[in-house]
Amino acid sequence: MTIEQLWQRAESDARTYGYSQHPNPDFLRDLLEGLKLNEERYGYLSCPCRLASGKFEFDRDVLCPCDYRDPDVAEFGYCYCALYVRKDVYEGKTPIVPIPERRPLEKQARAYDILSEASNERGTETSAMVAKGPSEIRLKLWYCKQCGYVVFREDPPYICPICKAKREMFTEIKIRAEAFG
Amino acid sequence: MDSLKVSGKNNKHKVFLYTLSTCAWCKMTKQFLKANEIEYEYVDVDLCSEEDRQEARKEILKMGGELSYPAIFVDDKFLTNGFVKEKVRKALEI
Repeated sequence: MTIEQLWQRAESDARTYGYSQHPNPDFLRDLLEGLKLNEERYGYLSCPCRLASGKFEFDRDVLCPCDYRDPDVAEFGYCYCALYVRKDVYEGKTPIVPIPERRPLEKQARAYDILSEASNERGTETSAMVAKGPSEIRLKLWYCKQCGYVVFREDPPYICPICKAKREMFTEIKIRAEAFG
Repeated sequence: MDSLKVSGKNNKHKVFLYTLSTCAWCKMTKQFLKANEIEYEYVDVDLCSEEDRQEARKEILKMGGELSYPAIFVDDKFLTNGFVKEKVRKALEI
């Protein structure tokens, strides 16, 4: 995607959710260039301000817009990289400063642990933060009890993208396979 | 792990950054240091080999930081994650 296409994509998504893009055009351009570079490197739009593993399943939660955007905007007024901001932030009423990383440590560690995963198989390293291999990431079906939205992901969304219900409103759909005949 | 050095007139403090080449906050930090003529070294972790990524992770965590970029070190001590301008100003006495 070109920078212009990335801008349009982000703008359209921002409007859908009632957000704006970062108010500073230079900073915004840096963010979009980072996204473009990640797309060229990995084949997907991984967050420019987080270390990507290069494996889609490892990075799925930080594809822009990331899983953490909505709770971050709700709490701080903007997302982790500050591409998406709330109206008061866009208008300069709330300053933009770095916010804490919401992504769980075990998911962050996946960008570093491609090698240690291999060494673990040889029994040479033990670490509390060792990532699961792609084959170990168990995708599940989750549904929102409030609106019925269904998603097939490792974890339920923090906020339902349809009705804005909180994560607690999601329940796993367990499928029982039965053999007939 | 090979770091890149950016020369500056002000080398009163040893400044070291772990950054990402795609990160706008990291770029802002580098621009700030350059504008204030601060000498610094940095490593773009996303451009590192896998061994160096692990080394960077160990170093950041060992020094008390988090895996969030930029990770800023002043005089071999962890200062902050993210570009917190006032913290950087105070530590560098600028």
